Amino acid sequence: MSVSERPVMLITGTRKGIGRYLVEHYLKLNWLVEGCSRGESEITDSNYRHTSLDVADEKGVRAWIADVTKRHGRIDAVLNNAAIASMNHVLLTPAKSANRMLEVNVTGTMLVCRDAAKVMMRRRYGRIVNFTTIVAPIALAGEAVYAASKSAVVTFTRILAFELGQWNITCNSFGATPIMTDMIRGVPQDKIDAVVNGLAIKRLGSHQDCANVCDFFLNPSSDNITGQVIYLGGIT
Amino acid sequence: MIARNDAYQIVLASLQEVFVQSGVEPPASINEDTVLVGNAAVLDSLGVVSLIVEVEQRVESAHSVSITLANDKAMSQKNSPFRTVGVLTDHVIATAQEAAS
Repeated sequence: MSVSERPVMLITGTRKGIGRYLVEHYLKLNWLVEGCSRGESEITDSNYRHTSLDVADEKGVRAWIADVTKRHGRIDAVLNNAAIASMNHVLLTPAKSANRMLEVNVTGTMLVCRDAAKVMMRRRYGRIVNFTTIVAPIALAGEAVYAASKSAVVTFTRILAFELGQWNITCNSFGATPIMTDMIRGVPQDKIDAVVNGLAIKRLGSHQDCANVCDFFLNPSSDNITGQVIYLGGIT
Repeated sequence: MIARNDAYQIVLASLQEVFVQSGVEPPASINEDTVLVGNAAVLDSLGVVSLIVEVEQRVESAHSVSITLANDKAMSQKNSPFRTVGVLTDHVIATAQEAAS
């Protein structure tokens, strides 16, 4: 199997929003980027390949990562950004909606980590960044199941760090403040304002904020930074 | 379809690789009955994880079949499909067969 000279990154949920921004950011930094989302991508760059995939589909994830490995022989980093949210009072949340959030946000993250880590183990190197949200630590009403799924991601990542540390694979979580993406476009403005007013830095998050934290985790010098979670805006 | 001897050789080579990677002295002889899991196992639990991943990768590399040995069926069996070299060999063949069908 031939091995690409350039580092290879997987990013999930790349069709739009933060995921798309991160693809463009890391292409500029000379990474080979492999992305996925349920839909097609409009990104056209010879160093980017898109796969239409539901991250909760075990066979699909396995086939995607097998294909990436076949073509590149390595995976250096994973950014697990794909997620779905359904903002509902818990009394109005159907089980189907709750299960779907858990499938995509928790199981999907686990599947991509699992199969990518198997490839990272060979080179005894890897960086995994799993995306969470500040709505979990601030206990935002109306997002109970979504926040619970993202709390699960944080706990999963902390334990993953211990399970994969022996192969020099670091695993960290990152929770952004609200960013104007499709995911929060339906949230009432007064609710967004209330969240922003509760932050130490009273502004919406930006795509650049996300890239900045990912850059830190991916930096080769961050090889002893693992099992951590960084929230933006002063949230702990 | 993977021939039994091919699967057996993959398991043996993977086991040797795990011993090398972990710096653990391998037993004097390894055969079908060598115990991998439980009492008298030649590997610790992390060694078993490494072995399973190594076998999956070697199967994929040699036979172009992508398999997950720790699948739902395997993990719900009363007797571990990883308990000896011989049992693991049979599990590799069965899993590859399922993946190809």
